[in-house]
Amino acid sequence: MKIRNKSQLIYYVIQYLILGILTFITIAPLVLVFFASFKTNKELLTTGVLTLPENWFNFENYITAWTKGNMATGFFNTILILVASITATILTGTMTAYVLSRFEFRMKGLVKFLFLTASLIPSITMQMSTFQIIVGLGLYNTRWATIILFAGTDIISIYIFLQFLDNISYSLDEAAIMDGCSFPRIFFRIIMPLLKPAVVTVIIIKGIGFYNEFYTPYLYMKDKELQVISTSLYAFQGPYGTQWEIICAACVITMLPALVVFLLLQKHIYSGLTAGAVKG
Amino acid sequence: MKTQGKKYKAPLRRLSYQRTLTICLFLAIPMVLLILFTYLPFGDMLHYSTLKWNGFSEPEFIGLDNYKTLFSNPQYFSVFKTSIYYFIGSLIQIALALYLATILYYPLKCKNFFKGVLFFPYMLNGVAIGFVFLYFFKPDGALDSLLMLLGMPEESLPLWLGNPSLVNISLTFASVWRYMGQNMVMFVGAIQSINSEYFEAAQIDGASRWQQFRYIILPSIRYIISLNMILAIKGAISVYEIPFVMTKGSGGSMTFVIKTLQTAFTDKKIGLASAMGVVLLVIIMIITAIQKVLIEGKEEK
Repeated sequence: MKIRNKSQLIYYVIQYLILGILTFITIAPLVLVFFASFKTNKELLTTGVLTLPENWFNFENYITAWTKGNMATGFFNTILILVASITATILTGTMTAYVLSRFEFRMKGLVKFLFLTASLIPSITMQMSTFQIIVGLGLYNTRWATIILFAGTDIISIYIFLQFLDNISYSLDEAAIMDGCSFPRIFFRIIMPLLKPAVVTVIIIKGIGFYNEFYTPYLYMKDKELQVISTSLYAFQGPYGTQWEIICAACVITMLPALVVFLLLQKHIYSGLTAGAVKG
Repeated sequence: MKTQGKKYKAPLRRLSYQRTLTICLFLAIPMVLLILFTYLPFGDMLHYSTLKWNGFSEPEFIGLDNYKTLFSNPQYFSVFKTSIYYFIGSLIQIALALYLATILYYPLKCKNFFKGVLFFPYMLNGVAIGFVFLYFFKPDGALDSLLMLLGMPEESLPLWLGNPSLVNISLTFASVWRYMGQNMVMFVGAIQSINSEYFEAAQIDGASRWQQFRYIILPSIRYIISLNMILAIKGAISVYEIPFVMTKGSGGSMTFVIKTLQTAFTDKKIGLASAMGVVLLVIIMIITAIQKVLIEGKEEK
């Protein structure tokens, strides 16, 4: 756009100034943690926060954080739980949406109502009773506790799947029925492959949420061997309370996968969030 | 919701049995999970709220005594004061997100860079964000150093997390930092879905950016803005992760959810904590009802 007069010029300057300041505020806390993660303990105590580390190849803190902080176990458990619970939530979500989209039945209104109402209840406020159920099922202090709590579906995922299902022509289903195909077979062979874009969207939204989830694993998986990435990072605050260089390295290790995923899937992440929001 | 208005045709006799079986089979697990981890805990919570119980002992029925304790004891409700900080924070966050989403709609240099950077915090782990901001706010930490660079004398710098009148502002800042980008991306999506002919027509007529914002963007995305406002209120009432990681609710930063969780899992007062959970739920239900009446009611007209 061409700049026509002085007031417009001022407007542009202010606009970029605001963007610049906000970008700085967003990046600065992260960059300074990045700096600290390469400093030695002595360096951290003697130099200011804003000074660059002396040696950019000082990976001591990363090694300490990774080995002493149980982070390998944390990543292992996170990946395990992520794969299991995402598979489960995709299956429960698509199956529910398929039934709601393709069939008329008596309890349909009730099913929809139950999922819709559930979305209004923040699960964090019910942890005291959920806790008793998890203990009652014998799942306390097992990975299953977190997996099963993540496995269910929710109204937003169902809406995303329904939007896609409504655009998949019924004639495909009907042709398959004529050929003697069973409903589950139609679902897995015809519907599922066509739902792929919606599945990707839901995997992204849920994946970010599960990777960052803290309280559920914190409450239900107290064993050190069961720590996920959030809880193993949280455990740094006690023994390493004053060793900021180690904590900073652990933070960078935790945030790095998020950065990689973001750079690779940026477009998908934006559209996933928007898709969830419009109906949510 | 748009449907094709056509379900599978009235089933042939041989399909009827298979159809029922498929419905039951497909809905069984999702429904069991939904009931087991949403509705059963909900019912249990109502029940527990009438008990005096530490989770292990023989529970004792005490009627509405837990609610009486809650409502007669100001220490439980006073923590809602903290929510005011987060609510004001989220209003600023929404305004900022709206401004940024608008300027990102128009031609801009490095648009994707700005959008990406401002959104990125949303991707990050809450615990990591907690630590990043502990480092940021600690004495002689990042913020102090930056302010001294700007010429602020060292003596005048407060304890950002140790001062009861500042701690909630600091924590709210961390929270806005974390979630602003998410609002922004949602608004960008909403603005992009506006028919671009409106903007073209307005530009031909010589409408300024402000006029375009006021008369095209604002009315078109009114619904999603209101929705985000309601979510902001709910978020402010049920905030817990950032303060839990950073201060554990100490020094005046206690929130209602942290208090509830502490009552349940540290003090082992399951009954009282359940009553707090019920109260929080009722408040959220009321806000949701207001949302339905005010926003969605208007939308229909």
